[in-house]
Amino acid sequence: MRAPPDAATTDSGAGATLTPGPDGTWQASGEWTLQGLGTLARLAAPRGGDPPPTVPDAKAVVDGSGLRAMDSAGAWVLQRWMLDGTAPAGNPPTTLLNWPARAAGLMKQVQAGAGQAVLPAPRQSLLQRIGRQAVAGAQQAQAFLHFVGELAAAAADALRHPRRWRLRAIWHEIEIGGLDALPIVGLTSFLLGVVVAYQGADQLRHYGANVFVVELVGYAMLREFAPLMGAIIIAGRSGSAYAAQIGTMVVSEEIDALRTIGVDPLQRLVLPKIVALAVALPLLTVFADITGVFGGMVMARSQLDISFIEFAQRFGQVMQGSALLIGVGKALVFAFIIATVGCFQGLRTQGSADSVGRQTTLSVVQAIFLVIVADALFSVAFNWLDL
Amino acid sequence: MPRQPNTRTRTDADSDTVIDLQQICTRFGSHSVHEALDLSVRRGEILGLAGGSGSGKSVLLREMIGLQRPSSGQVRVFGEDLATLGPEPLQALRRRWGVMFQRGGLFGALTVRQNVGLPLREHSALDGTLIDQIAEWKLALTGLPPDAGLKLPGELSGGMLKRAALARAISLDPELLFLDEPTSGLDPASADGVNELILRTHELFGPTIVIVTHDLDLLWQVCDRVAVLGEGRVLALDSMAVLSRNPQPIVSAYFTDRRAARPVHPPAAA
Repeated sequence: MRAPPDAATTDSGAGATLTPGPDGTWQASGEWTLQGLGTLARLAAPRGGDPPPTVPDAKAVVDGSGLRAMDSAGAWVLQRWMLDGTAPAGNPPTTLLNWPARAAGLMKQVQAGAGQAVLPAPRQSLLQRIGRQAVAGAQQAQAFLHFVGELAAAAADALRHPRRWRLRAIWHEIEIGGLDALPIVGLTSFLLGVVVAYQGADQLRHYGANVFVVELVGYAMLREFAPLMGAIIIAGRSGSAYAAQIGTMVVSEEIDALRTIGVDPLQRLVLPKIVALAVALPLLTVFADITGVFGGMVMARSQLDISFIEFAQRFGQVMQGSALLIGVGKALVFAFIIATVGCFQGLRTQGSADSVGRQTTLSVVQAIFLVIVADALFSVAFNWLDL
Repeated sequence: MPRQPNTRTRTDADSDTVIDLQQICTRFGSHSVHEALDLSVRRGEILGLAGGSGSGKSVLLREMIGLQRPSSGQVRVFGEDLATLGPEPLQALRRRWGVMFQRGGLFGALTVRQNVGLPLREHSALDGTLIDQIAEWKLALTGLPPDAGLKLPGELSGGMLKRAALARAISLDPELLFLDEPTSGLDPASADGVNELILRTHELFGPTIVIVTHDLDLLWQVCDRVAVLGEGRVLALDSMAVLSRNPQPIVSAYFTDRRAARPVHPPAAA
């Protein structure tokens, strides 16, 4: 028999030791506890170079008279070493000699449990994962359609009962979703106007077409950037707030309580948010148009020597009202997307609090994605319609 | 891993008191929860902390495990004063106790088995397979089926959650075990199962156990002694058989009212 590696080097005072005795027995002594194990903790995991100590007669005796303490980690380390040392598994191969009663009891429990295989964590193949995700995606899409349908029914119902319109709630939502967002939307849009004009100015100067910066800034801001930037900021600001608020209410069973009392959560919670955002986002877009074009004006004056008056005059001549309406119309659609996705993901929250965080993240990502998809579809459609 | 100093036999080998609370006062604003409360817990016993709602049971437990400081007074655990203990010895002390929180306190992002193995992973040099084996074994000891280890805590029922929480509390074989309402929210059968589980754990590992509860079954069947809190102090501290005959009005009201509402069978020896 061969002493296990490190066994003899451990501090003999308190640490755990395992040494071969004179007559084929092993002496386990010291503190076989998590703290006392020290390097012995690795004893149980034999590596390539170190074959486990073999026990010729398949029956080892471990003398525990020197044991000072043993906890379950110590018992497990010893037990695994003993199992490694002898081939036939399942049959506790080792006898214990002179063990303190408590440690012996612990060892017996460990031996009873050691035969049980540890279930491996389930692993999914790539194909399985793709399949699962596809199914989950399809289910979510179906649930979303279902939600939109329910929402339409609730809205139709609300139209027939004007008393159910909760104007105060709608106004409150407009205030926090729209009014409070004015500074950030305005500033972002202003900077975007500056950037567009600056990039354009560089190119236009080459052709002496300085004055076309008005069209560039005007159409870019009114048709594309103002609605898109407004929608992205609002998706992050309001869409996430809707998901988090409704998700928290789901977790604390408030939604269930509403249903039991006989109040439709769609009418009470979701519709006011959608209506509020449908009012607020187009208005925010108009504001973003103004600050964005103003940003372009500032840049045009400093880089291209086009005065504010010149800019404004040309803006009035060349711009068509349809550009503004198209931008505002898109903003209305974006508002529906953001509010619906936010509320939908909030209501899909399940059980625990960390689910709220997950759904909130999901609502923002999906809302922004869908907004950009919708924007692309609008471009194609407007192209066909020659708008 | 550097070997930790062997604290097990140093300061408290000769002492039979594991927790010693002296003159504990706790105030929240003008509201006073404890006023000059004294309590000591003996080594190896199972002590129940009982008392009506708002009597400061859970606050006292939080003070014993150092999550909260009393406004004044001294908390000594294993002979060490928690208030003056530096971060290193406090860390060593924490390794010697296990806590089971009322709602489990299991980490939602980890599987149950990972939850139970986490203290071992943090505080030992054992390899991953052995930790998994030990965790699985502890889960089996608490009576959970083998497949429960792979689930997330959110997928377990209330009774299983309590068992998993207990498995994590005993994963380091603590000398001292704190259980906060281990049977609350369980049906009577599951609660009985938890009672048995506590007794079995005590038999196997021999820890000192402090249980905060208002479950009379648990107090009768499991606890060696019960401390009844009220009026900001310990009104009575004795075995249930003696306490149930205590003439102190609050104590007797606590036991008789509750017993009238739900029949509990005291041991015939009383």
